[in-house]
Amino acid sequence: MDEATLRNEIREMLVETLMLSVPAAEIGDERPLFGPEGLGLDSVDALQLVVALDKKYGIKITDQEAAKKILGSVASMARAVAEKSATPGT
Amino acid sequence: MQVSLVTGANGAIGLATARALLEGSPDSRVWLGVRARREKADALAAEFPQRCRCAELEVTDRTAWSRVTAEIESTDGRLDVLVNNAGSAEDGLLATLSPDSWSRVIATNLDSVFHGCQAVLPGMISRRSGRIINIASLSALLAPPGQTNYAAAKAGVVGLTHSLAKEVARLGITVNVLCPGYIESEALAHFPPEKRHAAVASIPMRRFGRPSEVAAVVRFLASPDAGYVTGAEIKVDGGIL
Repeated sequence: MDEATLRNEIREMLVETLMLSVPAAEIGDERPLFGPEGLGLDSVDALQLVVALDKKYGIKITDQEAAKKILGSVASMARAVAEKSATPGT
Repeated sequence: MQVSLVTGANGAIGLATARALLEGSPDSRVWLGVRARREKADALAAEFPQRCRCAELEVTDRTAWSRVTAEIESTDGRLDVLVNNAGSAEDGLLATLSPDSWSRVIATNLDSVFHGCQAVLPGMISRRSGRIINIASLSALLAPPGQTNYAAAKAGVVGLTHSLAKEVARLGITVNVLCPGYIESEALAHFPPEKRHAAVASIPMRRFGRPSEVAAVVRFLASPDAGYVTGAEIKVDGGIL
């Protein structure tokens, strides 16, 4: 899957999982997902994203640091998915 | 179809709860979490061969929780209700309570609830529905002497319930806790007659509770009728507190 397709897939996952009222296309690649400057997601949204990423892509987020790094934006989630699929045996 | 897991299912309250869930709906399925002693649970599973099974579950072991929840999800496709009922007591005055006795009681009564909730939450979050029902004790709210370990653990379960209920409320998951008082179960069977009389005298209803009376509240909390009840702490104690 090319990078743009993956990012679009993640945008759709965000909208569907979190039942967002924002259209997927309006969530920019680098737009922060958390905090007032960004999409305004909170810790419960993060919890749902952790479960969704594991279910859909097999990405296991087990600590706060990893969560902060991976869940920051559409682009960071896409990077984590791409890195996982590039790692043999995972 | 509603799929439930009841821990401590060889004990009086666990068995009554499992039976109530099985009899409450003809398409409900119940898994009985048991340890080494399981003859009563086996008998219940034999009574409902299509809808009830035993699963070996040491509740203090995270690996066991992962294995059992994976088995349930792969067999039944879902796990809707977790009843954290397993527990143990090792009463003694704090001044002489051994650290091992403290740790064992905290592990069995409180750590187990943490492990269980963590094991079932991913599936419940994905489905945006679920029911977690914790069985604490009246000792959490009205602690008698000699139960510092047990009362602390059960009070911990009450606190965990209140906090987790808020965390997952908007995900369609409810978390509630029951605080049973004196219930006719294994613990009471060891009471000498004079202690039984004194206990009954302290209960406004002047009788011990039946396991089925705790089970009925669990069944309600697991039902669609309890959809707006979360973070509740329900006493089943004949009016003691």
